[in-house]
Amino acid sequence: MLTYISKRTAGTIGVIFIVSMLTFACMHMIPGGPFDAISLEKQQLVPENIKRGLNEKYGLDAPVWKQYFLFVKNAVLLDFGYSITYPNRTVVSIFRDHWGYSLQLGVLTFLFSVIVGVGLGIIAAINPNSIFDYLGTGVSIFCLVIPGFVFAILLQVIFSVWLGWLPTGGWNGPKYWIMPVLANSLAPILILQRYTRTSMTDAMQANFVRTARAKGVSKTRIILIHVFKNALTPLLTVGGPLAAGLIVGSFFIESIFRIPGIGSYFVLAIGARDYPLIMATTLLWTVIISIAYLLTELLYAWADPRVTLVKEL
Amino acid sequence: MKEYPDLESAVDSVSFAAMDRSNFDQKALELKRFWRRFARNKIAVVALAFIVLEIVVAIAAPYVVPYDPYKGDFLATWEMPGSSHWLGADDLGRDVFSRLIYGARISISVGVLSQLAIALVGVPIGALAGLRGGWFDYVVMRFIDVLSSLPAILFYIILMVALGAGFWNLILAMTLTGWVGMARLVRGQVLTLKNTDYVRASRSMGAGTFYILKKHILRNVMSPIIVAIALGIPGAMLAEAGLSFLGLGIPAPQASWGQIIGMYQSYIRIAWHLTVFPALVLAVTMLAWFLLADGIREALATTKPN
Repeated sequence: MLTYISKRTAGTIGVIFIVSMLTFACMHMIPGGPFDAISLEKQQLVPENIKRGLNEKYGLDAPVWKQYFLFVKNAVLLDFGYSITYPNRTVVSIFRDHWGYSLQLGVLTFLFSVIVGVGLGIIAAINPNSIFDYLGTGVSIFCLVIPGFVFAILLQVIFSVWLGWLPTGGWNGPKYWIMPVLANSLAPILILQRYTRTSMTDAMQANFVRTARAKGVSKTRIILIHVFKNALTPLLTVGGPLAAGLIVGSFFIESIFRIPGIGSYFVLAIGARDYPLIMATTLLWTVIISIAYLLTELLYAWADPRVTLVKEL
Repeated sequence: MKEYPDLESAVDSVSFAAMDRSNFDQKALELKRFWRRFARNKIAVVALAFIVLEIVVAIAAPYVVPYDPYKGDFLATWEMPGSSHWLGADDLGRDVFSRLIYGARISISVGVLSQLAIALVGVPIGALAGLRGGWFDYVVMRFIDVLSSLPAILFYIILMVALGAGFWNLILAMTLTGWVGMARLVRGQVLTLKNTDYVRASRSMGAGTFYILKKHILRNVMSPIIVAIALGIPGAMLAEAGLSFLGLGIPAPQASWGQIIGMYQSYIRIAWHLTVFPALVLAVTMLAWFLLADGIREALATTKPN
């Protein structure tokens, strides 16, 4: 067990390193730097000597490998430097001020999609080929084919423009949460519904359920005691990464609904070639998602003693 | 009538062996059998018809569009859907319907070309990793680990920022990130097939690696590969739409559904038609491709022994 954890942790650190190098290399392949133009529309260029000075100030004149080592050294100390688009703010302060919004959106989305997805999956598994089953399948097909941002647009048109019930964007209270959460939860609902239905169906066909039924145990008791416990353990494997994906924010939903979270900052940072912000965001995501995977595996092994953490093949 | 798929496939395989048909006959027969199974799923047939129609319209686009999709008409700016412009016109007076048809060209070609490129790269690498094992397998597996440990959209975004927006860059970015999925699929299949009795028998009779690969393994891996490609096409279309929406996919004068949605998303109050129609077209197209892929998967599924 301990060797397994240390091995996996080493692997995770390796992944984080490789992703950081990849991002760094890509960012530096981009033609054009952050200090090329004062205004793109007016074709106004920054004078050469000022550009040199700015590059010096932000350390962009050193050789690439030196810049990378400096970056790693500072990143370990959680110092990602100053954002280039918002020169008076450090990357860490941007995260501190804006991650909260992404976190709220993510948590709400997660709760909503667990209730809907798992609920639909359970109902469908208990009554196969019933109207509920078809409803669940219908919902999951809808979630599969409609991209989140397309659904977001349709919601905006219907509920904000035509009916005028909900605000088009912002993040000031429950009224503002409804549409972003709905649009953001399509993919999670799809995954949870399908997963729950399959694992519930599998558990209901297991031998111990047949035995319980033969003993005359009531249907409710069978489902509550025997099926649930066994069916919901596999859900951990999808739930962990799903939650991690949600709490890091969504570029599409956040920028459509003008939610000032990390996702919309990332989109702005891409346009502005804000290296420090792009690197920090990518790295943070890598770290969170990798840790979520690791925790999920350990949690799963703890919840289901049959699972051995020995590498397959 | 009750169907006996097991019996049917058994009879087919016996007749193949017994009659020693020419290769061409055999291919035609397999295709016929595939079509028979596929045609049972009426929904998939409808989806196929829709996709064929869309492809024909996309190819014939210059002849079917009512207006030039790139030419603005200042008298028609922000025009609502009506008799002259069926789906309205955008801020430059360009006809939305014509632009959507040109968008279909982008969407379909990105979907199909990226999946073909992914298959071309991923299949040989996966097959080689599975067959040879050793250091090559190890390196490929580590690549797969890293690339599949993060959401693909993140890699797409980083790559597109580095490469710059554009049609071929989009396909390159998708291939660079997408090949690992295909390689993993093929590798897994090869590992299972490698130890089947008929491959062992063939090897014991002196068959070489490439003969086995061609004769036994690739033929059996074909179905999962086709299904993966069919499922990958709508996935790539979605990625194209998403990246173009963010302004990283197809650059401005060209028309892409996602890009139109992204550009006019903030004008939703004064011109809903500019975002709703591309959104609907994208959704319907995605639905059709998924249903088609599902039909193909069902038709190719070999009857599993219980």
